[in-house]
Amino acid sequence: MSLSGAFYPAEPIARLIEELNRLPGIGPKSAQRLTFYLLRAPAEQVQALAEAIKALKERLQLCSVCLNITDSDPCTICSDPERDRTQICVVEEPIDILPLERTRKYKGLYHVLHGVIAPSEGIGPEELKIKELLTRLQNSQVTEVVLATNPNLEGEATAMYLQRLIAPLGIKVTRLARGLPYGGDLEYADDVTLSRALEGRQEM
Amino acid sequence: MPSPRVYQTEAIVIRRTDLGEADRILTLYTRDLGKIRAVAKGVRRPQSKLGGHVELLTHSRLMLARARNLDIVTQAQTITNFLPLKEDLERTASGLYLAELVDAFTAERAEEPALFDLVLEILAHLAQSTRTDIVLRYSELRLLAQVGYRPELEHCGDCKAPLQPRTNFFSPVHGGVLCHSCGYHEPQARPLSLNALKVLRFWQKCDFATAEKVRLDVGLAAELEAVLQEYIRCLLERQLKSATWLEKLKHMPPTPSPRPSQQSADMS
Repeated sequence: MSLSGAFYPAEPIARLIEELNRLPGIGPKSAQRLTFYLLRAPAEQVQALAEAIKALKERLQLCSVCLNITDSDPCTICSDPERDRTQICVVEEPIDILPLERTRKYKGLYHVLHGVIAPSEGIGPEELKIKELLTRLQNSQVTEVVLATNPNLEGEATAMYLQRLIAPLGIKVTRLARGLPYGGDLEYADDVTLSRALEGRQEM
Repeated sequence: MPSPRVYQTEAIVIRRTDLGEADRILTLYTRDLGKIRAVAKGVRRPQSKLGGHVELLTHSRLMLARARNLDIVTQAQTITNFLPLKEDLERTASGLYLAELVDAFTAERAEEPALFDLVLEILAHLAQSTRTDIVLRYSELRLLAQVGYRPELEHCGDCKAPLQPRTNFFSPVHGGVLCHSCGYHEPQARPLSLNALKVLRFWQKCDFATAEKVRLDVGLAAELEAVLQEYIRCLLERQLKSATWLEKLKHMPPTPSPRPSQQSADMS
């Protein structure tokens, strides 16, 4: 990308274009457009953006309890006295907590694995925060672990693996129900989803 | 005649990687085109109509549309979901390993219906079997033969003399067994017991159902695994990533209580 330097003798412009260009979904043209937009934007706006980006790395850390991304340690969820400390919900990524929180149905704590077992990518249990989870469960008041990994092959494999490790500790292990998505269409449902939906049918 | 813009084929999903926000690139082993890569759009959204039909280790009928770069999956219908395979940790791990093996030994767009049928047969047996190790070894042998690396088990790979009924040597670079006197001087050959040679010969000739009846003690199973792993590693010049995970699982105690799917009913 040093090419842009040749076209824009002003080094700060070339540098910003190059940096923006590295972001996902931003090509060289979008990077140029954003750069020239920022050049004309009010100084306060540009300052706010720069500070927000800086704070991302400087102020954020992993919560020492649940390993979620947080700006205070322990994170707001782990330090909330209203939360049910007997339940831990295990998710793949920090972003998975957001949809679960939006439901307002879950009052327990979380644990972020930061990935999923993907043998063909060479990602095994050691690469995930599984050891941290087991340490957390030792001598704790946790009575239930809710496995909320994604309902696909790797997510299921990870859930089965965790169940094997946790069940011997005498803690109840549950898995989020797998079935039909709301707003979906029965016609397009695959057999695995449908058979699970049938197994998990409920009286109404 | 220009090739049609849309086409249908049967495929097994052997690999997938996330693309952009909700798409995936699938590596498919198809009956008509061999290995191809295709894009499944929006497949990571829960409401996707492709969803589980293009999940790993699923056999589906697909409709694809030609595109400039990668073809696009437009419709999908599961034919076999191999559910028992996906509900068991060892079977899942074995299935992923075999998928990686197929991916590693095939080139894109080289059709080979016999290999497609073999992969289907392997997955079907893996889904039913209680001896995943036997299914794996037998499958490795069959897959290797299908892609042109059938190990020579009757004659010495060096002096061509018929093998004597004693401990011989297996040499990955020779693509088979060496007799005792040739193998003894070959630094990269490993000793091969007579029993292991007999099992390999038997497997090379029999079908799946018969192969599964073979009884192996722990030592013999370990030897066969080591021999075939070494041979595969030598052919590919690398270790398959999923083999590591498979190995790790072996040292784990089996699932002690019912699977989570059967417990989910009592979740409040």
